[in-house]
Amino acid sequence: MNAARIRQKIAFFVLAVATLLIVIPILLTIFYIVKNGISAVTWAFITQSPRNGMKEGGIFPAIVGTIVLVIGTMLFSLPVGVLSAIYLVEYAKDNFFTRLIKLSVVNLSGIPSIVYGLFGFTLFVLLMGFGTSILAGSLTLAIMSLPVIITATKEALESVPFSFREISFSLGATRWQTIRYCVLPYAIPGILTGTVLSLSRAAGETAPILFTVAAFYLPRLPRSVFDQVMALPYHLYVISTQVPNMPMELSFATGFVLIALVFIMNLVSIILRAHYRKKKLW
Amino acid sequence: MFRRISEKIIESCIRLSGLLVIIFVFLIFLFLLKDSLSLFGQYAVGEFLFGRNWLPISEPPKFGIIPLLLGSIYVTVGAIVICVPFGVAAAMFIAEVAPHYLKHILKSLVEILASIPSVVLGFIGIVWLGPFLRNALNLNTGMCGLTGSLLLAFMALPTIITISEDALVSVPRTYKEAAFGLGATHWQTLWRIILPSASSGIIAAVMLGIGRVIGETMVVMMVTGNAPVIPKSILEPLRTLTATIAGEMGETVGGSEHYFALFAVGLVLFIITFMINFVADVCMRRSKK
Repeated sequence: MNAARIRQKIAFFVLAVATLLIVIPILLTIFYIVKNGISAVTWAFITQSPRNGMKEGGIFPAIVGTIVLVIGTMLFSLPVGVLSAIYLVEYAKDNFFTRLIKLSVVNLSGIPSIVYGLFGFTLFVLLMGFGTSILAGSLTLAIMSLPVIITATKEALESVPFSFREISFSLGATRWQTIRYCVLPYAIPGILTGTVLSLSRAAGETAPILFTVAAFYLPRLPRSVFDQVMALPYHLYVISTQVPNMPMELSFATGFVLIALVFIMNLVSIILRAHYRKKKLW
Repeated sequence: MFRRISEKIIESCIRLSGLLVIIFVFLIFLFLLKDSLSLFGQYAVGEFLFGRNWLPISEPPKFGIIPLLLGSIYVTVGAIVICVPFGVAAAMFIAEVAPHYLKHILKSLVEILASIPSVVLGFIGIVWLGPFLRNALNLNTGMCGLTGSLLLAFMALPTIITISEDALVSVPRTYKEAAFGLGATHWQTLWRIILPSASSGIIAAVMLGIGRVIGETMVVMMVTGNAPVIPKSILEPLRTLTATIAGEMGETVGGSEHYFALFAVGLVLFIITFMINFVADVCMRRSKK
């Protein structure tokens, strides 16, 4: 018996060490970016355009570009994602069509981001004639975000007790009325959490926007959805690989702003989740 | 009457959205296939799949995918070998060993890691990890397969930890109670009962991790040295399928052989990830039962 106890002690120690070896690099990564970046993140850096071949000035157009892209992505992916999840949970019968949708969602979530980039380029930039534009980039990111939104919405809808629907039906409500008034309101927190999470992913993605929207250097703000924009992740890629003699602190600062933006979005989703969980009545 | 009509409209929107998801997957496949076929009209399929040289701008150009495929395989195998033991160990620790408060902290840390954009990790690879490895291992260059593997292993950890942990937690409580009842220690129960019962979920986690690593673009483009040659070892510069598309797409002329070749590379990626995700999905459903 004693030997088994000792073996357990050793095994749990090994598991703890393995976990620690994951935790330390995570903390170091954050610390490294923050420590090297924070001194260059000034008000001017956030609110000014880049100057002198991006070696001076700020990253304002890139921040705006990323925010515009995130909003565009949400406008397309939220309705389609939520509606298809509603279809899967509330309408679909267990037939071939439903299985095909589920398989498609699984498949969409696995497609490499660069393949989305190729697809967006052929469909939106060339075939639909949007050119390299906010519209094309947002649509590409939106399709990429769909699986996460669908999965999150599906889980949120499924967690609403079935009795809610039964009562609504028994009072003579139609299917859509039931969904609209008795299911969706209770699923909103889950949907929001999933949406914010998928949008924070979209904000950090580079590969899908490479050929669909991202501008190498464009120190002005977009005027229409057919304009190109700079974007934070692409900007970081460009200044860390394509610009010789780039001042390091500006690269770090750009990375810092990008991480901060993504973290804030994640934080919003965590707060939403905690807030609604407290209000949950059943 | 109005209510009826608006209800009909909404219901058709819902059905249409469901259909749209299928259409997207179908269109992605179709577009990749169409442009790949344009390549295979001019360039033999066999030479594409088995060619040992990727020389898109030489005369005549060569589009052999083997160096790129090997690049992807090297980097992926390296990453998986590193991250699976750590990831599964961490999942076991979080699911069974860690006290309640620590569990939440660890899970949030894993979520933080999942949210770090890949381009930031690529940047860290350039400024720190690459130079560090070059000095530590005395290499010619730090921009090599190993740097990519390490960073990709790091990136794949959240996928592997989260899904493995789910699988471990969803093993029925009765299994554990029965093992305890027979006098097994916590570790014996975890190692001999819980881990084997969760194996299909863990396999799914590994498959999804592989899918994530193979499809990752920015990190490998930034840190693996971009050399489209057959790599002799993981310590040499190499180039993956994804990085080739991302790196060369901007330089091609639309409608050229080179342009179509990049779509053919995309098709190969699509098929690989499709198969990986399909297997993962099957494993996942088996573990849910």
